[in-house]
Amino acid sequence: MLAKRIIPCLDVNAGRVVKGVNFIGLRDAGDPVEIARRYDAQGADELTFLDITASSDDRDIILHVVEQVAEQVFIPLTVGGGIRAVEDVRRLLNAGADKVSMNTAAVQNPQLVADASGKVGSQCIVVAIDAKRVSADGETPRWEVFTHGGRKPTGLDAVSWAQRVQALGAGEILLTSMDRDGTKIGFDIPLTRAVADAIDIPVIASGGVGTLAHLADGVSEGHADAVLAASIFHYGEHTVGEAKAFMRARGIEVR
Amino acid sequence: MNTVAIVDYGMGNLRSVAKAIEHVAPEACILVTHDPAAVAAADRVVVPGQGAMPDCMRELEMRGLRGAVVAAAAAKPFLGICIGLQMLFESSEEGNVSGLGIFPGNVRRFPAPAMVGADGTRLKVPHMGWNQVRQSREHALWQGIADLERFYFVHSYYVVPDDPGLAAGRTNYGVDFTAAVAQDNIFAVQFHPEKSAQAGLALLGNFMRWKP
Repeated sequence: MLAKRIIPCLDVNAGRVVKGVNFIGLRDAGDPVEIARRYDAQGADELTFLDITASSDDRDIILHVVEQVAEQVFIPLTVGGGIRAVEDVRRLLNAGADKVSMNTAAVQNPQLVADASGKVGSQCIVVAIDAKRVSADGETPRWEVFTHGGRKPTGLDAVSWAQRVQALGAGEILLTSMDRDGTKIGFDIPLTRAVADAIDIPVIASGGVGTLAHLADGVSEGHADAVLAASIFHYGEHTVGEAKAFMRARGIEVR
Repeated sequence: MNTVAIVDYGMGNLRSVAKAIEHVAPEACILVTHDPAAVAAADRVVVPGQGAMPDCMRELEMRGLRGAVVAAAAAKPFLGICIGLQMLFESSEEGNVSGLGIFPGNVRRFPAPAMVGADGTRLKVPHMGWNQVRQSREHALWQGIADLERFYFVHSYYVVPDDPGLAAGRTNYGVDFTAAVAQDNIFAVQFHPEKSAQAGLALLGNFMRWKP
């Protein structure tokens, strides 16, 4: 049976992992290669790197990071952030990324999803959706897509947008709840389930994980195919191995 | 010198395959090549492949590599990965394209969204992630790898050999499909050993030592 995936997410700024990473015995907390190797050893099913480099001068640094990680870590790597054109996709894949995640660029230019998946295959194209609940309590829930790191509303309905990018050729959706991101109170389960049930491609749930139970809920309640988390792994609260043991005990298939 | 040619026909990144082989066989000479002569001269040949099969077949033809791949498959340790497995068959439903026809059989698409898992949940396509491979028989490339070990898959199509005995491994995803085939000097897998952590590295190491 296909295992549900656990994906640690690393924010990378100018070649260094930012946000605290607190592995015991790790010499250099900011080194992407060392951190990637540690997660691999713990049993991570994939790794996602989010390039948050602000300066366009430093944009190419992520390519070197990906190259170095791909030389030593033999699990799938997804890279997101700053992708504007098919050429950006190609360069990241050539550096060793297996999948590329696009967010703002997909909203601004949906044709990019079609062009990129046509060129490199749907399996390499992840569309990241940042969604925020816009319906009032008691109303039928609705979520709107936001771009620019969650700052800019788009008027797009999250479920419809997920269906649209699937039709355009996306191979996977990385779904982040803006309401839950950073709160540690759990995924937005109704959002996750609404999107996961509406499309045929896999959904990665993101935003809000504070406990191992939250990860399991994302799968069993939210119908996610994979769960992504940052802080619970970075700060040494839990290992990926512990997360898997917990999910297994809940009857969820894991590697 | 143990030379392995990784056939580069412009479909996807072959760096991961090369790096994974380098990791398990540091003494080997690893060539990522689009030169038919280099493929012909190598001791071992790996044919990866990503994306759509019609594009893969077209590129293989255009680059004049079809002959070298067919010759390698007839003569020396040969490892096909993903589309590198699918192209060994006669035809694919993907674009109704013809393959190399080395094995009788064809390539079919998962019947999504009709597929439902054992627990009643809907199965997504592509089949993406870590799934178990049931070893159909003993083989040098399975050495040291547990039966039902998980490997990383990402695909929407799967091979259906006419001869069920061709299977070296099977996987269940809505349908029970052939995840690996083996015959003589050929071993080919639907999953990605280069992305399958320790199990994948073990398989690649076995391939580099294989004397069929």
